[in-house]
Amino acid sequence: MMKLQFNTGSVLSEIKILAHQGKQYLPDVTAVEVPGIFRGRPVILATAGSSGDETDTQQLIDFCPTGAISGEPLSIDMGKCVFCGECQRAFPSRIRFTKDYRISSFTRNGLIVREGQDSPIVMDPKLVREEIRKYFSKSLKLRQVSAAGDNSCEWELNAAGNVNFDMGRFGIEFVASPRHADGIVITGPISKNMAEPLQICYDAVPQPKIIVLAGTDAISGGIFAGSEALDRSFLIKYTVDLYVPGNPVHPLTLINGLLSLIRGK
Amino acid sequence: MMKAIPARNSQPLKVQDIPVLPYEEFLELNTGMAADIYFHCVNYFGFPQRNHLRLFCCMADDTTGNILISSALADKDSRMQLPSFTSRHLAFHAFERELHEMYGIQYSDHPWLKPLRYPENRFDLLSETGNYPFYRTESEELHEVGVGPIHAGVIEPGHFRFICQGEQILHLEIQLGYQHRGIEQLFLRKKSLLQKNILAESIAGDTAVGHTTAFANLWESLCNFNAGDDIQYARTIASELERIAVHTGDLAAICTDIAYQLGSSVFGRLRTPVINTFQAWCGNRLAKGLIRAGRNPYPVTPYLADALNRLFDAYEPDLNEMYQRMKTLPSVLARLERTGTVTRDQVERIGAVGPTARTSGLLRDVRWTHPYLRYGFIPHQPIIKHHGDVYSRTQIRKQEINQSIRYIRNLVREIPGGEYTSPEIKAPMPDTFVVSLTEGWRGEICHCAVTNDAGELILYKIKDPSLHNWLALALAVRNNDISDFPICNKSFNLSYCGHDL
Repeated sequence: MMKLQFNTGSVLSEIKILAHQGKQYLPDVTAVEVPGIFRGRPVILATAGSSGDETDTQQLIDFCPTGAISGEPLSIDMGKCVFCGECQRAFPSRIRFTKDYRISSFTRNGLIVREGQDSPIVMDPKLVREEIRKYFSKSLKLRQVSAAGDNSCEWELNAAGNVNFDMGRFGIEFVASPRHADGIVITGPISKNMAEPLQICYDAVPQPKIIVLAGTDAISGGIFAGSEALDRSFLIKYTVDLYVPGNPVHPLTLINGLLSLIRGK
Repeated sequence: MMKAIPARNSQPLKVQDIPVLPYEEFLELNTGMAADIYFHCVNYFGFPQRNHLRLFCCMADDTTGNILISSALADKDSRMQLPSFTSRHLAFHAFERELHEMYGIQYSDHPWLKPLRYPENRFDLLSETGNYPFYRTESEELHEVGVGPIHAGVIEPGHFRFICQGEQILHLEIQLGYQHRGIEQLFLRKKSLLQKNILAESIAGDTAVGHTTAFANLWESLCNFNAGDDIQYARTIASELERIAVHTGDLAAICTDIAYQLGSSVFGRLRTPVINTFQAWCGNRLAKGLIRAGRNPYPVTPYLADALNRLFDAYEPDLNEMYQRMKTLPSVLARLERTGTVTRDQVERIGAVGPTARTSGLLRDVRWTHPYLRYGFIPHQPIIKHHGDVYSRTQIRKQEINQSIRYIRNLVREIPGGEYTSPEIKAPMPDTFVVSLTEGWRGEICHCAVTNDAGELILYKIKDPSLHNWLALALAVRNNDISDFPICNKSFNLSYCGHDL
């Protein structure tokens, strides 16, 4: 005869483990401060027109490893920036990275920070298609496509769903099939070898659908820009709904960007 | 005459000092070494010159800590077929597939001469991801299952083709290359050191420390720069912290794939404070920006040392408690034990490295055989398992986490104080060849570089441990249920972009 075993000690030990974890989730993902140093939104400090500024500015432009800094007017493009922070180290009087992680934008130009600008990135709800908020504000299912991503953005997208960041509480989830998805999230600079699978995946998502670019590599190619192994023609064909910069994107940047998109927050 | 020149890990050699052998002799020498268990091939690649291809083979000698480098010349456009290394020793298969794919080298007896990663500058542009020559069997009893390149989870792309009998996998073939970004070419094109450094961080973003350390050690060697103690300690600590972070995440992923929710959540959240420590240290959760050739932008301060100790004080009891619980659950063990087994004989034949080799009883650990940074002083004792199944690969992660914590605690205790200033790093030496090995959390990483007479970089070759270990996954799933494929895959956690470059 089979003997039914029920080991109460075991169940208790699982409850004990649960208790040891304490409260892990971040109650307010829009306002929490990230620990330690973090390179978020950059600021170009305006200088009081002393002599030697122009050479200084040109050096700054030439210094950036991905050409994210440009002149006239002096600006830094977060869509090209790999957030290495080396410019801040070399030109501490000109560049400073703030801990502001709410740096997503609905437009490509919105990622460009000009000299002297030190204010949060504006997310104008008028720029969002009406149907996005109508259909997706309480539930957004996304299909992620890694198109030659280096697995750092992929890792952070996964982290956005863990018990700490808990993106699922907002109804936002990554799903297995494009047929179940409301849009795609692209990571990586888009290799030639992924161009076709990306297109097939996008075509399989039912309308209406959104496109999110996650990470500097996806937005501009990043350090890979100009490589002959890339094919970024997909991005010429379609309108991108959300740009999420970072190298990799921080989970809080992603979550806040998506919330702005679907809820106007 | 010397047939191969010995070098230590990251020791610069003059290119002209590397012996050039007739191909037959080159083949005999290197496959002869590979037959000995204490030797293995860390890299084998071609360097196109005017009318021919110079082949470089780097064999690691695990007993002396040397790397034996030899070379041969092959005709670039010849229709001549060469006898393959692979028919003598399977571990060379990927290297020869690369030579075939890139330069059209033909082999008379290579058993598996298939595309490797479809680079844009490949020899045969008619060979495309859509016409990969999969192994097939014509049978009414068997069926094929194709998965990918895009997978169900948030992971990188690659295609898996199974041949199954019912639920049972008989054969798996893995087709990669979707992630190819032309990174080795970019190393030559991007002229500034900072650009190269950022490229190294992007070879495999989940191994930013492992690959960037291989690059930095190599570059400093090319430039005849002696890294100070502060640099060496910082990189060693970072390497072990990266191992802890990813192994913790892997334990969570393994629990996820067997639907053990508590383990998935607890290990998942335990990784967070580890990578947040990287952020507190260098401003990036994946340690991008931490390692720079020729300098130490983020030294290990007493404050950081204290933060690491406090991290482990809180982390380790919770990790141990969760692991202890998990390994007593029959429903967990039933999914892990004897699942996805690779034998000692198999890992030896395919040249597996890292934890994949060590869980099947094969000692492959660069920290032990070819020590670099502080590893010669730790002293490091590799952890070896013998069953080669998913459970072994779970156990080794837990044990390596505990080991790495011990190492870091000791390292931060003994780190010499005082102010360090690194001298300015100079330009690379002309006509120099360097091989740099590091032990990333996946296993052996190998970077090789060659400079020309002006000291410019003219060749950069990267080898991620995944290049060897993907075949281990293909072998591990044979005779397993196809439903166990995800857990097998997760237990190896191999890199697509590291393979595809």
